Amino acid sequence: MSILVGQDTRIVVQGITGKQGTFHSMQMLEYGSNIVAGVTPGRGGVKFNEAVPVFDAVETAVRELGANTSIIFVPAPGAADAVLEAAASGITLVICITEGVPAMDMIGVLSYLRGSNVRLIGPNCPGAISPASLCRVGIMPSEIHTPGRVGVVSRSGTLTYEAVNALTQFGIGQSTCVGIGGDPLVGTSFVDVLTMFEDDDETEAIVLIGEIGGNSEQEAAAFIKSGGVSKPIVSLIAGQSAPPRKRMGHAGAIVTGKSGTAEEKIRALSEAGTTIAPSVESLGEVMKQVLRGSTA
Amino acid sequence: MKLHEYQAKSILASYGMPVPRSGVATTPQEARDVARHVGTPAFVKAQVHAGGRGKGGGIKLIESAEQAEDVAASMLGSRLISPQTSLTGAPISIVLVEESLDIEYELYLGIVIDAIAQAPVVIASKAGGMEIEEIALEHPGLILREVVQPTVGFRAYQGRRLAHAMGLPSNLANPVADQMMRLYKAFVDKDCSLVEINPLVITKSGQVMVLDAKMTIDDDAAFRQPDMPSLRDWTQEDILEAKAGQAGLAYVKLDGDVGCLVNGAGLAMATMDAIKASGCFPANFLDVGGGAEPIRVAEAMGIILADPQVKRVLINVFGGIARCDDIAEGIVRSYLDSGKELPLVVRFLGTNKDEGIRILKEAKPDTIFVDYISEATKVLQDITIQ
Repeated sequence: MSILVGQDTRIVVQGITGKQGTFHSMQMLEYGSNIVAGVTPGRGGVKFNEAVPVFDAVETAVRELGANTSIIFVPAPGAADAVLEAAASGITLVICITEGVPAMDMIGVLSYLRGSNVRLIGPNCPGAISPASLCRVGIMPSEIHTPGRVGVVSRSGTLTYEAVNALTQFGIGQSTCVGIGGDPLVGTSFVDVLTMFEDDDETEAIVLIGEIGGNSEQEAAAFIKSGGVSKPIVSLIAGQSAPPRKRMGHAGAIVTGKSGTAEEKIRALSEAGTTIAPSVESLGEVMKQVLRGSTA
Repeated sequence: MKLHEYQAKSILASYGMPVPRSGVATTPQEARDVARHVGTPAFVKAQVHAGGRGKGGGIKLIESAEQAEDVAASMLGSRLISPQTSLTGAPISIVLVEESLDIEYELYLGIVIDAIAQAPVVIASKAGGMEIEEIALEHPGLILREVVQPTVGFRAYQGRRLAHAMGLPSNLANPVADQMMRLYKAFVDKDCSLVEINPLVITKSGQVMVLDAKMTIDDDAAFRQPDMPSLRDWTQEDILEAKAGQAGLAYVKLDGDVGCLVNGAGLAMATMDAIKASGCFPANFLDVGGGAEPIRVAEAMGIILADPQVKRVLINVFGGIARCDDIAEGIVRSYLDSGKELPLVVRFLGTNKDEGIRILKEAKPDTIFVDYISEATKVLQDITIQ
């Protein structure tokens, strides 16, 4: 098993005919992901890559081909609409890659999804990948991943690739890697993903990659401390050198108060019993020691 | 994007929120004319994108139109340094001349998007006039919050509840609640990420007025806020940050001498952390983003090289959507344009790495290539020693 995405994942790509959608759909297909359909309103009837049917609406992909997972490459002005369409069409996992979705749009989307059985990952995220089932629903470089028993959850994109690369170079494979997104308003939190990893038989240990801004790392720390996760966790926090009140690229990465600082997050995660990796390149080695310790 | 006080007030006035009589001036003579029109005593208020203006001498009471001219002359063209600006302060090119009021109550009223509640939250306090951070520290019990359910919006009962909780007389509850609803409407319509009215005053004659206003608009909503470009004041931002902002790049100026160009915000932060941990100091944060085309990279590199503090440059790219050859091409272009001979340390990984290295080697043979971030920081240290 793995979490979120795996052998039962049937993907519909929203925005498949756009530049990003096309590029990454090709990459996902090459990796082995099961893309059953694409959706671009107004382009229904064409075939993507001479094989994947493109529909005008998500509901057609659900009804005719049993799509259960959507990945969204729709540009920011239409991204919230795309999420809502997927949710209203019977998709249960929506992964929104799009960056720059207005906050007010996300407020509406999250309010709509609350209490439903639809899980949203992102927006502004790299997606999720489960190497053992060759299921990639995202934009991460495929080749750095290798099957294994470490789950990775992160607010970042490229930093996650760097982390996964460091694990793979040390011979440590991954069960599932999930990027939850760099915005302050996202559908899935660290706590949500930690809960899934805790329940997943294939995951033995977890890497948590956080960054400055907000307090989702502290929420994660409180959850771990309260016994929510029994598996060993290595954490890494980016942004120790960031100045206050400046937005560091990600909309969510801004230190506005004491709780947003890297120091506070490291302290909370350290007190919760997780092992702090001093740098991204040390992750492989640190995880190796942690795994050795947990089996000894 | 931040707005000036006078811009925020003009928007709020268009939503029916009363503002004091006032006018803007860009010359001392104009300030005198406005003061005549507004009447004295009045206040001259420097228009800068920072709080704490009173403490920095940016708000002055004047008794006559002539005095308004003198005060404006001393403010205009100077820089205001307050606890919330950088050490060099913010340039003053506009002042607001505004009537003085007889105040009975000073309230704080704000709306923010709360990431934990995943909703807008209306914040009110009877301790208006103080910075909200100070109220939070000294009188946390005086900060009241109403979470807004976005599908129904902010409702009148919530406004009355806040008014009652602030201890206002009951005849003021409806007018104050009415102002809150107008503020909420402006917040949503204009895609704000923050509005603050501090203070919202109630005059001795019982009138509610917006005495000071701050407004920040969500940059991601620019596509549906057609007024944004005309409201933007780039002079309030660091010159290189403004240039990067115009090019759509995420850049933050820092104080060190190692210029950094990285793809991805998280990796950019981690790279800065590694530089700092090795004893060197980053000159900037710069995320060139995903599908970085050569021209965009060249622009980014140009901004780094335009920083006189930069003495050495580190490129760290994990190619994915971004291709190392595109990045290399962009770097070569701007290095040649700049004519600078700064040492260049490059770490390429992923898509088209070898091609990227080849392009750089050919154009700039002394480029140092490394495989790891830790190796890069060691090389940077050696460059210092030389």
